[in-house]
Amino acid sequence: MTIPAPRHGEKLLAWGLLLPCLAAVCAFAFWPIVYSMVLSLHRIVLGLPGLGEPFVGLGNYARLLSDPTARASAGVTLIFVAVSTLCEVALGTLMALALDKSFRGRGLVRAAVLVPWAIPTVVASQMWRFILNDRYGLLNWLIFGDQVGSYRAWLAEPGWALAAVISADVWKTSAFAALIVLAGLQTIPRELNEAAALDGAGPWQRFRHLTLPLVLPALAVALVFRTMDAFRVFDLVYVMTQGGPANATNVLQFYGYKKMFAEGFMGYGSAVSVMVFFMVLAVSLIYLRLVGRRLLRGDAR
Amino acid sequence: MKRGRLMAALGAGAFCLLALAPFVWLVLTSFKTQLEVTAIPPTLWPGGSLEFYRSALTRYGLMHFVLNSLIVAGGTTACTLCLGVGAAYALARLRVPGRPWLMGALLLVSMFPQISLAGPIWRILQAVGWLGTYQGLIIPYVTLTLPLAVWILTSYFSELPRELEEAAMLDGCGRLGALVRVILPLAGPGVFTAAILVFIYAWNEFFFALLIMTRRAVQTLPVGIALFQGQFTMPWGEIAAASTVATAPLVALVFLFQRRIVSGLSAGAIKG
Amino acid sequence: MSGLILDNLHKSFGPEKVLDGVSLAVEEGQLAVLLGPSGCGKSTILRLVAGLEEPDAGRIFLGGQDLAGLAPKQRDVAMVFQSYALYPHLDVFGNLAFPLRMARQPKAEIQRKVSEAARMLGIEKLLAKKPGQLSGGQRQRVAIGRAIVRSPRLFLFDEPLSNLDAQLRGEMRLELAALHRKLGTTMVYVTHDQTEALTLGQVIAVLHQGRVQQVGGPREIYQRPVNRFVAGFLGFPPMNFFEGSLQDGRFVCPAPAFSLPVAGVAPGPAVLGIRPEELTPGEGPLRGRLELVERVGGQSVLHLRSGEARFTATAPADFSAQAGAELSLDPAAARPHLFREDQRIN
Repeated sequence: MTIPAPRHGEKLLAWGLLLPCLAAVCAFAFWPIVYSMVLSLHRIVLGLPGLGEPFVGLGNYARLLSDPTARASAGVTLIFVAVSTLCEVALGTLMALALDKSFRGRGLVRAAVLVPWAIPTVVASQMWRFILNDRYGLLNWLIFGDQVGSYRAWLAEPGWALAAVISADVWKTSAFAALIVLAGLQTIPRELNEAAALDGAGPWQRFRHLTLPLVLPALAVALVFRTMDAFRVFDLVYVMTQGGPANATNVLQFYGYKKMFAEGFMGYGSAVSVMVFFMVLAVSLIYLRLVGRRLLRGDAR
Repeated sequence: MKRGRLMAALGAGAFCLLALAPFVWLVLTSFKTQLEVTAIPPTLWPGGSLEFYRSALTRYGLMHFVLNSLIVAGGTTACTLCLGVGAAYALARLRVPGRPWLMGALLLVSMFPQISLAGPIWRILQAVGWLGTYQGLIIPYVTLTLPLAVWILTSYFSELPRELEEAAMLDGCGRLGALVRVILPLAGPGVFTAAILVFIYAWNEFFFALLIMTRRAVQTLPVGIALFQGQFTMPWGEIAAASTVATAPLVALVFLFQRRIVSGLSAGAIKG
Repeated sequence: MSGLILDNLHKSFGPEKVLDGVSLAVEEGQLAVLLGPSGCGKSTILRLVAGLEEPDAGRIFLGGQDLAGLAPKQRDVAMVFQSYALYPHLDVFGNLAFPLRMARQPKAEIQRKVSEAARMLGIEKLLAKKPGQLSGGQRQRVAIGRAIVRSPRLFLFDEPLSNLDAQLRGEMRLELAALHRKLGTTMVYVTHDQTEALTLGQVIAVLHQGRVQQVGGPREIYQRPVNRFVAGFLGFPPMNFFEGSLQDGRFVCPAPAFSLPVAGVAPGPAVLGIRPEELTPGEGPLRGRLELVERVGGQSVLHLRSGEARFTATAPADFSAQAGAELSLDPAAARPHLFREDQRIN
């Protein structure tokens, strides 16, 4: 039997096409993850190269466990992730249900709700910061009118500041959750709904017993996607609050950034970043579980 | 049925208002005068002054941020598509062992928290002296947008009938020729969708831009807007003007290509 | 030696054996039809010849040249796909010109060949249209046109008419036959439609379960099927089979009970095959109760039953008996096909 040459060439071509992409991803995504784990085992202080970069084992992690700011930061992160994700998916589902019905100008509406998603997060952050301004912000005027004395500095109060950052995130990304749910809704054949209506099911019953179970997978995907993204919140915090007041909005990604690049503790900051990575990895593994079977089936086809 | 549709339309209207109102307020602000910005009660309709735009252009160097953003976002889009098209074609059409694992690994990359990559990437770029250079920012952007681009393109390529390539190969093309002459022209919409999404990502990204673009001369719009500082007070008007400039092209993209963006985002998220 | 030779081709997809030792010789200029039910491996053979797949074992020769290892574009073979596979982004002219442009032929030459092919197929007026604007029949012609412009050594047709409606299919069949006469190029035509096979094929290879069951001209295949599969696959309504035995120069069938003389076969168990169109009501030993009369235009198909056994016969269109009638038929008037262990024995 001869070696089939075209197949051979095809394999070469496949790897030739894949290699640049894989090389980039390995060098600037997978390797950095490994490298950050290595860094987290050393004491590295930027700006003090004289100290060298001694190996400290798990020292940074021990410090991390006893660091009250880090613990508070983890708490803030979890609150932010939980609340913003739930709000976004709930709101996104409502949005998707509204957008699934056909009415005139639906395309325009769909574009309009996508606008917050497309706006640079930095712009959205500045925008909310301006609206929440303590002296001439729109929100204060909407609530208190001309009673300038009662105007509040929303971003200077810990509870309100966190709420503000969460709201800004919900405003910006609900549309993304809506898109995923909408894609799920649109895989449900119209006939099913019509058949259920003929079978005597009312609108709520149709939603509860037909739409909801069928759209559940998409809902799960939206939930996991948003969760993973919420762990990565940074821009909003950087622009709106700088982690303050009193660390009330000091999410892990911001804390790690501050440690690493503002204070120069590259080793310690890396330990924080490794922790964030494993939190996100846990969530993404759940996601791969959810869609993984479909991936494998795609290969068999 | 009719009542449902009405409710949906009303709901959709409410969502539109919520989505657009804050942004409209920002745009209106950009056309105010300094007095109108701080007035109580607020000036709802501005006099149409271009004062802030002028000041953003002259005092804050807005054009130079725009230019940097164009270079970085344009460069990222071009590089990502070049690499992504090849990889997606191989994944969609050629026999690649471990294909689901590769797709899964790519998906995983798009979920890495930036902070976990930040330190190492910073050190790598520092070692080669690319901190504060365009290529120093474009490279991480390409890496982080490749997964999305590959997913979108793979799903578009897989939908094209195989017979077309086979016909092209019988008609005298090689694999690569079939890709260039038949598949790419047909996957145009998919390539375009991927391009829009990659461009938006690179145009908006802040974290790495802040980290890597340490010199003012190369900073992109988001960094510029985040770091706008006045001497005594926040220059809200200038920020609003710069924000409007930064956002206007994106809003235009969204309204023109809403359908593509929606299909691209859902391809990246759900399609297997 | 020229023409196409398939030598003991094997091909599996995973655990599934698609081709299990296929050998076939097609003479130069012949139109050969590969006929078989879906999944018999006939399309795979085309793909192997075209170079879109490589055989696991076996060789393919075209004009004496071993095709092993040659890329599709090096084989000088044209294929018309079932889905036509027209390039949607090119107009008809672009589609027809595509293979010529790939071969870097001069512009004037391309122009000449394309208009010649277009004239031959009657699609000159469509040259500026995109495939999406064409009807099924028009697309079909463009697909054929794209195959003929570059005058390849061999044409492959993969069920090219299966997406057309019945009337158009009949017309295109005639046109294809005429085209073959005009071009005189070797053609391999894959179909599951026996009418297409019998009307088009100069030589027909019947395939089943990855093997060639019989090769022969249309008359031969119809009149002397070599095994039970070929006998049952060709002909409509399908051939009747009666299980029985051969003894003393007669075929004896226990149910329905009848016997008829046959010559020159060894005694033992056997299956008798009789085509329904050779079985008509009249006088004879085979009796059955009429269950249903199907009027199919020019004739009537009679569905009969005798005990547990069912069989079909035919009668003229104006045959008037109603369901429930007892009919007599004479199997001796038909040509008998005798099988033992599924192989022909007479």
